[in-house]
Parts: sequence; structure tokens; C-alpha cells
Amino acid sequence: MKFSAAWLREWVNPQQTQDELCQLLTMSGFEVEAVSSVAAEFSGVVTAEVVQVDKHPAAERLHVCLVDVGGAEQLTIVCGAPQVRIGMKVAAARVGAQLPNHPKIVANDIRGIRSHGMLCSAKELGLSEDNDGLYELPDTVSVGEDLWRYLSLSDSIIDLSLTPNRGDCLSIQGIAREVAALTQTPLNSSLVSSKTYSQAVEHSKSERLATTFPVTIHAAAECPHYVGRVICNVRVDVATPIWLQERLRRSGMRSINPVVDVTNYVMLELGQPMHAFDWDKLSTRIDVRLARAGETITLLDGREVILDAATLLIADPVRPLAVAGVMGGVDSGVSLLTKNIFLESAFFHPACIARQRQRYAITSESAYRFERGVDPELQVRAITRATQLLLEICGGEAGPLTEVTVPDSMPQPVAITLAATQVQRILGMHIPEQAVAAILHRLNLEYEKLKHGWRVQIPSYRFDLRIAEDLVEEIARLYGYDKIPVQLGQAKLQILPQPENQVKLTTFKNTLRDLGYHEVVTYSFVDKQWQDLLDPMHPPKELLNPITTDMGVMRTSLWPGLIGVLLHNKSRQQERVRIFESGLCFIPQPQGVLQQSRLGGLVSGSAYPQQWGQAVREVDFFDLKGDLQTLLQLTFAEHEYNFQATQHPVLHPGQAAAIYHGDEQVGVMGALHPFVLQELNIFSNIFIFDLNLTCLEQGAIPFYREVSKYPEIHRDIAIVLEQSIPARVIQATIKEIAHEWLKDMTIFDVYQGQGIAAGFKSVALSFVLQHPTRTLVEEEVARWMDNVVQVLRNQLGAELRS
Amino acid sequence: MNEWDGLLQEAKTAIQAASNLKALDDYRTYYLGKKGKITESLKKIGQLSPEERPLAGQKINLVKEQIDKLIKDRTLEFQQECINQKLASECIDVTLPGRHQTLGSLHPVTKTRERIAAIFTQMGFAVLDGPEIEDDYHNFAALNIPPLHPARAMQDTFYFSDNTLLRTHMSPVQIRVMQETPPPLRIIAMGRVYRRDFDITHTPMFHQLECLMVDEDVTFSDLKGILTVFLQEFFSTDIALRFRPSYFPFTEPSAEVDIGCLNCGGQGCRICKNSGWLEILGCGMVHPHVFQHVGIDSQRYTGFAFGLGIDRLTLLRYGIADLRTMFENDLRFLQQF
Repeated sequence: MKFSAAWLREWVNPQQTQDELCQLLTMSGFEVEAVSSVAAEFSGVVTAEVVQVDKHPAAERLHVCLVDVGGAEQLTIVCGAPQVRIGMKVAAARVGAQLPNHPKIVANDIRGIRSHGMLCSAKELGLSEDNDGLYELPDTVSVGEDLWRYLSLSDSIIDLSLTPNRGDCLSIQGIAREVAALTQTPLNSSLVSSKTYSQAVEHSKSERLATTFPVTIHAAAECPHYVGRVICNVRVDVATPIWLQERLRRSGMRSINPVVDVTNYVMLELGQPMHAFDWDKLSTRIDVRLARAGETITLLDGREVILDAATLLIADPVRPLAVAGVMGGVDSGVSLLTKNIFLESAFFHPACIARQRQRYAITSESAYRFERGVDPELQVRAITRATQLLLEICGGEAGPLTEVTVPDSMPQPVAITLAATQVQRILGMHIPEQAVAAILHRLNLEYEKLKHGWRVQIPSYRFDLRIAEDLVEEIARLYGYDKIPVQLGQAKLQILPQPENQVKLTTFKNTLRDLGYHEVVTYSFVDKQWQDLLDPMHPPKELLNPITTDMGVMRTSLWPGLIGVLLHNKSRQQERVRIFESGLCFIPQPQGVLQQSRLGGLVSGSAYPQQWGQAVREVDFFDLKGDLQTLLQLTFAEHEYNFQATQHPVLHPGQAAAIYHGDEQVGVMGALHPFVLQELNIFSNIFIFDLNLTCLEQGAIPFYREVSKYPEIHRDIAIVLEQSIPARVIQATIKEIAHEWLKDMTIFDVYQGQGIAAGFKSVALSFVLQHPTRTLVEEEVARWMDNVVQVLRNQLGAELRS
Repeated sequence: MNEWDGLLQEAKTAIQAASNLKALDDYRTYYLGKKGKITESLKKIGQLSPEERPLAGQKINLVKEQIDKLIKDRTLEFQQECINQKLASECIDVTLPGRHQTLGSLHPVTKTRERIAAIFTQMGFAVLDGPEIEDDYHNFAALNIPPLHPARAMQDTFYFSDNTLLRTHMSPVQIRVMQETPPPLRIIAMGRVYRRDFDITHTPMFHQLECLMVDEDVTFSDLKGILTVFLQEFFSTDIALRFRPSYFPFTEPSAEVDIGCLNCGGQGCRICKNSGWLEILGCGMVHPHVFQHVGIDSQRYTGFAFGLGIDRLTLLRYGIADLRTMFENDLRFLQQF
């Protein structure tokens, strides 16, 4: 919320300097976001009157004006504004004047006529962004006054960030109450009392108007209090006084017409949003009611909305007039032709206004305040203040107030019991009872002293105070959060279970890092097209309100994100990419979404960084597989997992493997399918993997087996067999006939080419044999090796390579 | 006797002149072998008189030892030379880089998370996470944010349906743990959270840390204590903390915490907008309505909670200027961590 510091000081004027005040506000929960001056500096500009206007002899569009700037002589000033006229009060920049973003004003010839200054627009004075017309001053202003001083521009705008619970501070009055409490300075009582306003209203000229306009509340839960009044013969064509325009401007609002300006002004001053209807456009009465589904209204912003049945309306018997508390209709609003107005000041329930603001996606200052709460006892005072200002500015006669209240639906007075121990229990420090009482008093909270605490009456505008804890916060806030001690409390010892067999995500991450992978973090929502391309099997969950379409669906796989990173880096000349990511993937299922913890990664480019001792080689399937084996062995023994050829829609049909732990598939890896590469415009091979982390978290605790002290025997064989027989089958075949003394079996060479028939391959195996309790003899080893060869021949058609 | 001295002299000259180990070996055979000069000499002893024999024997043995030593010394010389040659030939440029796979890296957010976890687990806090797609109840209603509450506007939310959304903070994890586990509770929750915001200081996905402690006699001053210890340990400096009153629907009293600007040390600079302070987290005492929702007796227990952006801590810790670079995953960025 933005407001003028000078305006606040009219309400409460503490000793503190502006900086001290801002610091105090920030430290008591009202964060000062910015302090700025109300206008860019200018000098040498005075109030002036145009006393003569002649056409410029040499220029169609220019006028030669004689301007009274006070003092003896009148200045000749050439002016291009079409609206300039005799008797007009203007802002004249004299020779030597300095305007914001403008060279110093000098006397110069304009088409042969010497001009001794400039008549200024609001824009040239830095008081408006867009208003190019002459800045017109009221007729009452005396000429020759320094404009800067006349407009009181030595003021600043304070911008407060208000928390949503403090709707009561969305006004000068509200902030003034807070400043009064913080600085222990009294409020300016003449402004606080509504007596001043009502006396002014009563004393205003008119034999009092007797006209009233009936109001009926049909929806008391949403609107329990409605006050209205007719004001006749108002002049909407008069100018809003400069002081009022300036206060609106310093609060970030624009001047529209005097009636709307006054309602906005009272809202800024007291916190009560109000609405003025053109009374001649209304039929016979006001109904505060819920809409009938399908009713329509065209709002002030020009939008036509179709209403639902939960919408609270201000209506007459003919049609809806306003979406209550949010925005009025265009047909019944105040225009320059308006003669008679009906002024509304009501209390609407916050949730009701919040609902309809959201429902129709309207933002307005009024809705913003009603949503955060308005003092339910403020309506009469606010309408009286507005009436007083309207009569002053626009003239007219005010009728009596029509006030409708449904007492049962009004917010009820609240009293809170605060135990003295509560303060200590929550804050961990003792605040003396007198100090607590003094704070309650400063906050204008009336209380009754109980034996061990207080019974506190909450004023109608402090709707944020509902429970004892709220009061504790108020006490701490005014006492000072900085006075609460910093202490490390005592707690009972508790053991955090650390199961030894659990393999932590950190371990996988560190291992991958050691293997040369960089961890990436990508968004969990991805482009649907990418998602469909890279995981066509799982239609993803779509966001209702994505931030952009390329972040429109929840990932079902880590691959879209990883490939995005690959492309980002490739387009920045980073050809060697080794990356991984862990995180949830979201797989829609009939009963909801499976949120699965996964670990994925990819490699592309050279297998090793370019270096002197090694030839450059592109990464291949087995580079990645080796890394994955390292990873899997963090959880499983080597024989507990295996890789099997598989088919996967986005992987190369001949280079894709499913990874199994027993019968459970724990992951998949392979080369990206060439058609996917083509789709992505990538010209190098990409090897990619995906692991289900949940399956990898539970390892086994090692159980020691005695190491045999008898000698190991090493034997190698090379066999030739059909190319299509997988290594896994060869090894499984051998394992079936293995003794307990087969300790290890390694494939150390695979060869195809010269010397081997087409369609065949040579596979070299090495065996380590060792008996647990004795030394193996040559004959039994030879016999077993013969048997191996025999079985491979019989079962796989393998021959020993000669 | 001159004969043997002459032999020694001759051997000395010959051994010294030997040009390699083979020649030396030949001399060994020539002098000390079975048919060598020394053996020959010993055989001749028999021709001497019994008086002369012992003396001659001694003399010959002395010569033999001396020749043996000469050969051994010379052999050592050859071996040394040989090793020296080998060493010279095996000399390499040790400044050439080693054969290696590059070391990868952990994302800076992960590094921060690990540091946070390490600090809190030392103090007996358990580290938790939970689902990212949440329901309205766990993300809002149970946290004292009913529908239409203006505080919902503080967190612009991604929705899948009226009731299903992406969590906007880690608080649902707090709710779940309080529903499932009776106090005392000491937990931190870290993970991805989502809000509809995208500019230089906001990304639609980011990481949050939330901490919850519930027990008898947990107070606001304990909260100040834990936060002070944590932030000073995290930034490895006696950083200044400032607690300002604030508002969150789920805590009462609530506070926002600023730390002294790490860049200027509180003097005022561009990073802290000349205030000397950086806003870093929100915290407070758990609101009794929240306890009511999860079935914890607020007459018996009190608790504190706080939440802060892990990404923001990471930016501050490592001097990263733009939050968005963290999720671009440029390798030249990642390699620095």
C-alpha cells in the first residue's frame, strides 16, 4: 500500500524522523518496501493567470499569451496548447526554471515572437505520465506562488508491504492507529471523530432533502449491513480539488471525476470502499441479493459477465447494478451527465467477495479491501465523510441515511482471555504484567484484569485477533522481537534409524559423480510433444494452468529433461555430455498418480576426455553399461542382477537392455532410436538410462565366507559359436554344470572377422577354479574343462577354436 | 713370494680394465675357477717344504679374497651403471596429465541440501520428503488456509483439478508426519515445490527446506536459537540475524528473518538494496488450528516451524547472481561445483 507521508502525519505526528519511522514500521511487521519522493524536482515554476490570448501571427497552432505571474510586469509566453484561454490559472515556468528531464528554460524567439517562459503540462512537471494538456489550477489560486510549495511536493510516498491479515491497515486511518501504538503518540482526534463530518453535512446549505431510497437485504450472510443515501443536484463537471487529486496520485490512483474521486479518497482515508450510482438510472429500490444463474451484467471495465447463483449483487427490480463489493455496472455508474447520485457504504463478508473476485477474475481496490476485511462498524462514518466532501466539492443536497442491519449476521464482538503464563510458554521469556498491560493499552485493546491474566475486548477493526496466541504476537511485536532471547532448548535424545542395508540416494549420486557424470536439475513439467516423443507409452498428467505450454505436462520419465539439457549444451559447443538427474516421475494410473522416484542419465560424445595417452573414441553401449554395473553393485551382488535384450519404443532395437533384479525390472538402458535422433536433429549417438530408485534402496548386509587357502587354478578357452547366442546364455550354460569350485568366469575377448566364418563369433573365457578344502588335481580340472567344452558343443553348437 | 703379488697385481689391472659383466665373469673363472690361477697355485703348495706351506697357504688365500672382492666391487659398479642407464631411459615428463575419466559434479542445490541435512541430523532432526502432487487438504486446509483465504494469493498454485495441485511448500510433509507420529517431533523436509511465478528471482519450480519441532516447552526463543546456529554454521560465519513480525496462516506468532548482507557485511549494497539485510526465511510458532487439524493437543505441546528457499541459500553461498541459471544446467556452470 502506497501513501503520502505528509497525509499520515496529519493523522499522527510522532517525533521520529521519516527514516526512524520506516525502520520502526519494518520492525513491527509493516515492511517498508520503498520510499520515493512524490515528484521529480523542479524549480522556478509559479502559479499564474492567462490575461490575454492572441493568435500567433506566423503559426496557425500557436498562441501568444500575456501571463500574470504576480509582481509588476506580465510575461509574453508562446503556447501551443489548444485549451489555453483568458482567465485560466496555469503553471508558468519562468526563465531560468528547471523542469524534470527538460533543459533550463530560456527566453527565445518562437517564429519571431520572444517567449519569456513556458506554460506547463502535468507531464512536463513530472506529475503525470501521459497528460499532455496544460496543467490547470483552480480559479481560487493566487498568482505568483511557487508551485512546488503550493502543491506541497516536499513529501514522500511510502510503500508498505501489508500482510493479508492486516486489512485494517489498508487506509491512512489504519496505519495511523498502528503508528500511534508504536510511537505512543496520540491520533489527531478531530480526524478520528465522525462528529466533524456530520456537523459539516448538517450545516451544509440546503433545506435538508427528504428523499430516501429503499434498500432490502435478501442475503444477510453475505451482506448484513448496508447504508445508502441520495444526494441530489451534484455537479460532476467541476474539477476535483488539486489537494485531493494529489493525494490520490500519491496513493497510486488516478483522478476520474469528483464523485468517484471522493469515494476513492474516503476508501484511502478510512478504509471503507464505497460506490456511487447514478440515481436517475435506478428504478424503485435497491435489493442486495444473490444472482439468478444466467443473469448478466456489463461491468465498468466493459466486460460482460454471466453470473452464477452464488454471486452477491446490488440490484434494482429491473436488473443487476453491481457485483457487490467488486465492481459496478457500466449502465448505472456516475458519468459527466449525472445529476443525482445514490451513495453506497456496506459491509460484505470477506469470503463472499473473495469468491466473486476469483470467479470473475476481476481485480479492484474495493475487492482487495473487502477480501481482507473492512471494519463492520465503519459504514456510517465513511458515508458521512464522503457526503461532506461531495457537498463541498460538487454541491447538492443530501437526503437522510438509509441504514439496514441484520444484527444476527453481523460479526459479533470478540473477547479473548489471555493467561499470564501463556506469554512465557510461547515466547520463552518473561514479560512483566505491567508491560503486557501497557502494550494492550497502546493497542487500544480494552481489558479487564483477571487473577492470572486478562480478559481483552477486541475492537471491531481488529478482526485478525481471535485467539490468545494472536495477542501473544501483538505483545511480542510491540515489546520487540529482538528482545526475545536466543537459546538452544533441551530435547530428549532420540535415535534416528540408519539401516545398514539401505543404500542412500547420495551414494548413487556420488558414484555417478566419480564416474564423470554431472548432476542436473530440470523442471518436473515438460513440453507435451517431447514427453509423447520420449515416452509414448504413458499419457502424462496435464496441468490446468501451466505457466507456458512447453511446461504443460508432468514428466513420466526423466528423459525429456535430460535430452533438453543435452541440446542446450550441444548448441553451446559442449559435445561431450555425461549427465544424470534424480527425482519423481508422475505416472497416471486409474487410482491416481504414481509418483515414482527415479534416477536417469545419458552419455554422448567421446568416451574419455581428449588426452595424450589415449585415442579418441566415441562412447558406446558398453561404456554406459559398465557404469551402470558399478552403480548396481552398490546394492546387489553381481549374480543378483542381469541385463536382457529388450524392445523399447524410443531405443535402438538392437541396442536396448532391460535391467532385472531377479524377476523385477529395475531399469532400462540403450541407444536412442535413430528416428528419435532425427526428430531431435541430433547427429551423434546417445546412450541413456533410467532406474527405479525404490528398487535399488535395499541392499544386503555382507556375510563373510572363509577364503580358501588352497591354490587357485586358471584356465582359458576360446570357443566358436553362432553370433546370435548371447553371452549371458553361454555363462548360464556353464554355471549349470559348475562345481562349487568355479570361483570366477570372465569373458575376456569376443572376436568376429578373419578366420571366423560369417555368422559366427569367437568368445574367449577365463576361469578361476579353487577348492575350499583341498588342492585340486590336474586330472579333475582337465575332466571338468572337457565337460564344459562338451556341454557347450551339445547345447550351443560351440566348437573349441583351433 | 713375488709370484703371488704379481698375480694380484695382474688381476687388479685386468679386472679394472674389464668392459662388461661377461668379461668380469671370465676373469672370475680365470683366477678363481676350478682350473683357475689360484687353484693352480694352491696345487703347487705341495711342492713346497712343510715349513713353507702354511705361510704360502695364507698368502694365497689372502690373494684369493682380494681378487674376489675386486670382482665383486667391479660387478657392483657394473650393476649400478646398468641401473643408472635403465633409470635414464625410463625417465618421463611427470608434468604430463594423467590418464583419466573426468570427475563429474553434484548440482549446487544438492550440495546445499547435503550440508543442511548434515547440520540438522547432528542435532537429531530426521530428514523427510513426500509426494509432490498433493491435495488441497495437506497443502492448504490443514495449514489453516481455508478456500478463499487471501493468503492463497501469496502462493500462486499449479492445479490439476479443484482438489489436486503441485505442493507450493514443504508443509504437507509436516502435516503428514504430525498425523502419523506423536510428539516429540524433530524433522526437516526438503524437496521440490512449485509456484506459478517466473522472473529473475522466481522459477516455477524451486527447492524448499522446512523444519518442525514439536515438544512440551518448545518456545520462540528455541526457534531463534536453532535458526541462529543453523545459519551461522551454514554460512560459516557469525552472521547477524534480524527477526521481524510477519504473518503466515499456519504460525502464530510469525516472523520473517533477515540476515546481515553477505556481500557488504551490512553496509548497504546493490544486492541488499542498500538495507544491509537480506530477507531469507519465514518462521513462527505452530498455529493451534494446525495442531487441531492433525490431532495434537495444543494445551500440552508447542512447536516451531520455519521454511526457506534452498536455492536462495545456494545463490548466496556460491555467489550465483541469477536463479534461472541453476536450472539451465549448462555444463560450464555445473563443472564449477
